[in-house]
Amino acid sequence: MRAFAPKSLEETLLRLAEHPDLRPLAGCTDLMVSEPEDRRGLPGVLDLQSVPELRGIEWRGGSLEIGAVTPFSEIRDSPEVQQSFPVLAEAASKIGGWQIQNRASLGGNMANASPAGDSLPALLVLEAQVVLLGPEGRRTVPYGEFHRGYRETALGPGEIIGWVQLPKPPEGATQLFRKVGTREAQAISKVVVALLASVSDGQISEYRLAAGSVAETPVRLTEVEEAMVGQSARAAVADQAGHLAAQAVRPIDDVRSTAEYRRFVLAQVVRRMTLQLVA
Amino acid sequence: MKSELVVNGKAVVIEGHPMDRLLDILREELDLTGTKEGCGEGECGACTVLLNGEPVLSCLVPRVQCESATIDTVEGLATGESRSFLERFVDSGGVQCGACTPGIIVTAWALLCDNPHPSRQEVQEALAGNLCRCTGYEGIHRAFEHGEGSE
Repeated sequence: MRAFAPKSLEETLLRLAEHPDLRPLAGCTDLMVSEPEDRRGLPGVLDLQSVPELRGIEWRGGSLEIGAVTPFSEIRDSPEVQQSFPVLAEAASKIGGWQIQNRASLGGNMANASPAGDSLPALLVLEAQVVLLGPEGRRTVPYGEFHRGYRETALGPGEIIGWVQLPKPPEGATQLFRKVGTREAQAISKVVVALLASVSDGQISEYRLAAGSVAETPVRLTEVEEAMVGQSARAAVADQAGHLAAQAVRPIDDVRSTAEYRRFVLAQVVRRMTLQLVA
Repeated sequence: MKSELVVNGKAVVIEGHPMDRLLDILREELDLTGTKEGCGEGECGACTVLLNGEPVLSCLVPRVQCESATIDTVEGLATGESRSFLERFVDSGGVQCGACTPGIIVTAWALLCDNPHPSRQEVQEALAGNLCRCTGYEGIHRAFEHGEGSE
């Protein structure tokens, strides 16, 4: 097996151009769960963890840029993320346990593209941009267009995620995150929800809602968003938001939960988040 | 592939498939069988070791990511500063069947290195990724209460 651990972005891109079938590695917290013959049978691996350009958290041109292999422990502890993007800091603190947060990365969560990825609804409501790097050069994709289907992404052959760019959220917006699993930590989500919303002059002026584990990809619940914006901020709208959310998704029955339970819990979480917003 | 690393303070050179698990390298190649395999899926925390000082699950770390790394296992904690914590852990009834013990000791020691007097809540959060199937968490918590300076 070919195995490379490049020490610079330049070397990384060179390797990818030579061998587009290399499997990029970040925290490996999902890949290593696969059967030994699957991970040993890969054509080759490219470890991105030692590429300094792909790691770190920094303001650049009005956006907070997070390198793809930055682990969730750094995101969780980052004062910048905590202050401006609390929905992402909260998501990072609820992924796995301490050991997983030390390894699992934001870019890995995205590329792995599980519908249950806990950081993904947060990135959706933050309207992140994703910078992809590959043999054709660099391109920027809105994160809302990154997931193309079940475990399918916008990544082309030989392409990797370079950075995630988070635009500064609207001043004073409420950001909420909730993960529901079998236990508090170390459980794959049955439902995961993120909300970014604002109230001004007694009206809901901004309402971005996203959820995971309720469809084949993490999704923005646009039907709920459209119905909420412009409504007066009173408790009655919370019931409507929950009801619409349950109708807007296509959850499935699987080993972790049932479609019925997921719809029910989603409605409750959205209702409570909306109550908190209008309170 | 060949890699050089430092395990429990000793420089070692290892060789094998890039996607072998650190857990197997420790147990099979380096004879450090203190680290246990529980679930092998990153759910239980039994195989926790320190990688460059941070607790990680050794069942999820491939060899290719161990190059030049510093690894500390439960064997490395049997002497030195950590010894008195190990003794408190045993005395307080933190060990029952023992399957989770090495992972819990390693995670607990990493917490104590960052935070010598953690609150109960901080201990719970740090150990959230370590499952004890005997549910012996009370004994484990007591090991943190008998330290110097705590009430």
